[in-house]
Amino acid sequence: MKSLRKFLDKKKPLFQKGGKFAKFGSTFGAFETFLFTPNHTSKSGVHIHDAIDLKRTMIVVVLALVPALLFGSWNIGYQNGLAFGIERTIIENFLFGFLKILPVIIVSYGVGLGIEFIAAQIRGHEVNEGFLVSGILIPLILPANIPLWMVALATAFAVIFGKEIFGGTGYNIMNVALIARAFLFFAYPSEMSGDAVWVYELPGNTPVDGFSGATPLAQLAQGASSKMASFGDMFMGFIPGSMGETSTIAILIGAAILIFTGIGSWKIMLSTVFGALAVGFLCNILAVNEYMALPPYYHLVMGGFAFGAVFMATDPVTASHTEKGKWIYGFMIGALAVSIRVFNPAYPEGMMLAILLMNVWSPLIDYFVVEGHVKRRLKRANLKGNA
Amino acid sequence: MSKVINLKRGLNIRLKGDAEKVLGTSIEVDKVALKPTDFPGLAPKILVKAGQEVQAGEPIFFDKNNPEILFTAPTSGEVLAINRGERRKVLEIIIKADGKNNSVEFTKADPQKLSREEIKDQLKKSGLWPFLKQRPYGTVAKPESTPLHIFISGFDSAPLAPDYEFVLNGQASTFQTGIHALSKLTEGKIHVGIRPDQATGFFTAIKNIEITQFSGPHPAGNVGMQIHHVSPINKGDLIWTISPQEVLYIGRLFETGKVNFSKIIALTGSEVTAPKYFKVIHGTTLSRLLKKATKQESTERYISGNVLTGKQVDADDYLGFYDQQVTVIPEGDYYEFLGWAMPRLNKFSISKSYFSWLNPKRSYRADANLNGEERAYVMTGQYEKVLPMDILPVFLMKAIIAEDIDKMEQLGIYEVIEEDLALCEYVCTSKTEVQRILRDGINLMIKELGN
Repeated sequence: MKSLRKFLDKKKPLFQKGGKFAKFGSTFGAFETFLFTPNHTSKSGVHIHDAIDLKRTMIVVVLALVPALLFGSWNIGYQNGLAFGIERTIIENFLFGFLKILPVIIVSYGVGLGIEFIAAQIRGHEVNEGFLVSGILIPLILPANIPLWMVALATAFAVIFGKEIFGGTGYNIMNVALIARAFLFFAYPSEMSGDAVWVYELPGNTPVDGFSGATPLAQLAQGASSKMASFGDMFMGFIPGSMGETSTIAILIGAAILIFTGIGSWKIMLSTVFGALAVGFLCNILAVNEYMALPPYYHLVMGGFAFGAVFMATDPVTASHTEKGKWIYGFMIGALAVSIRVFNPAYPEGMMLAILLMNVWSPLIDYFVVEGHVKRRLKRANLKGNA
Repeated sequence: MSKVINLKRGLNIRLKGDAEKVLGTSIEVDKVALKPTDFPGLAPKILVKAGQEVQAGEPIFFDKNNPEILFTAPTSGEVLAINRGERRKVLEIIIKADGKNNSVEFTKADPQKLSREEIKDQLKKSGLWPFLKQRPYGTVAKPESTPLHIFISGFDSAPLAPDYEFVLNGQASTFQTGIHALSKLTEGKIHVGIRPDQATGFFTAIKNIEITQFSGPHPAGNVGMQIHHVSPINKGDLIWTISPQEVLYIGRLFETGKVNFSKIIALTGSEVTAPKYFKVIHGTTLSRLLKKATKQESTERYISGNVLTGKQVDADDYLGFYDQQVTVIPEGDYYEFLGWAMPRLNKFSISKSYFSWLNPKRSYRADANLNGEERAYVMTGQYEKVLPMDILPVFLMKAIIAEDIDKMEQLGIYEVIEEDLALCEYVCTSKTEVQRILRDGINLMIKELGN
């Protein structure tokens, strides 16, 4: 590694101010700090720092997403096999799916990081690590049949209008990956919803008899709950859906990693589940149709609920910043997601919209939590004044 | 039985190089320095010239904004130099000690028989006044004001901090005299915070103080935490603080009529060959203390104070005015290949994304490497875990950055100084300069609303 370090040290002046390639300083810096944690030492304040930094934080999230990615790859192959009556081994299913998802990942990272690098260069900042996570989230929440140009377009839209115009990672208001998904959802609804998009290569080809390709949520919304997969299948993830969202168990492994390392907020995950169950139970009590009578825990394993609760709602930048606020924020996401599913037939899935809406609301939640905190502090002062 | 307050939040950073409880061979007094830069916001007016002979307790400079507070010579000798920096700002006044430690004669009297004004006068003239600090802001106390209470923390919980039980041992009567003098300065009480294991220690023999026990990790020993849980500061409140060794200075002054600025400091840190305690004169040069005392294995960083709040100094620099500890750690100015992805078994982290949680008793050789780059705030809820106060630290930081005085006031800027939020800075994923931001905020408050 010494020779690599020496090479970087030799080339570094070229990219610094006054150097030949000073224009690419941020880009060089991004690669350099990726390869080597810099030799910066503390200049003010504390002399020692915790070993954690944003790169480590982001890489842990990416690691937590790996089970969902692996399962998702296999499931693409499995669903495709079901649709066309092809028998494959586990490995073949996985490879089939992985080769379908890999280009999407490459396009997402390529476009997103490219824009990040350019934006950092324009501002003269370091390249931020935020997109390391967004770049893998985006493929996992898209349907298997998504055309690559749409991935590129949505990623570009999300990074530019969802993040960079606000100032980059840490300043964005809404979750970047969800903005990409929402953009496609509203701009190209035929590629993002319906029964034909979830299974790779369905359109045009005729599937075997009895295979619909519809997600359980869609079947429910159409009142065809009898065709719906079993709870166990949905929990394991043997169902059509976005590429990484179907397997609750794979997502739970990720959740365990996030909670154990303290990087994802367990408060948000738990309160999201509470919110969904609460509305689910309420629907049960007042049930006038089949959907309302659905056992509430089914909501937890269907569609993007688990994925959203674990990986999207917990995005610390766009979630509530106060600890009390996190409870309210999570609860509202769960409650809204189930409400949209049950009461809005136009949108079979409510998780994306629920999270985006609460992203917008989270500063308001924080505002009230902080106001409450200030009032309590003032009360303390007044009590003391009277004593 | 004293009241017990359990502080759950906080963090003990376990470092190598804790001082052994022995006193090192005494070091001959060589040079001492007074550094106006140790006092935020001070505008010094120098009263001596280079070459002039001074006695211990003789005025060296005063603060132009508070002319009655004198800063006096820590020992007798000759003024060697007055060093100035940019724009002729006075950095330090160096005195070459003559080894006699002759003191100016002050009143020798039982403080219980003196009036408040007489005690104040004596403290101001002798140069002991600047040891009294006020909250809010952590600046030198204003002589014309009267605090609600005076708070003394009876233990230092910072990494590798000196043990006061060892440092104060055998000086109870002098300490008591100091307490008697202090108790004249407030209508309220003198509060002393101790660790539960000190419940039978030094402070239990002292009268005229109110003892509260604080259990829990650092920053439980910070006087700011103790104030927050006993008598929280609201707008308009005034609290004074002083540390125990400085109470001894006051005790000695009234017992003998002379100033004696000798104190015991701890020489600590992973790079010190034999960490232990030393008896030194206040403001002493560090060169003799550090000579041959360190391992010299790598570039070393010398810190006057502890690793969280101390000041980086050169090996031939001087001990800071309030410091009771010198820490030596590796500088850590190295590159680490794929550092963010490595297991980093030799580094401590509060985050379980590293493995230091597997071995909770292990001590670490921490260096000054930032372990990453500065970033915008991303993670939330980190600061709260290490701050046992009813304060929202990130929102306070944002109010300061936005220069919103009302918000800063509402969110509790009166209750904290840098040392209280130092752990927040330590754990910060985004490497935010918390202490610098807080001091900027405090300076803004002083500028806008007065001290």
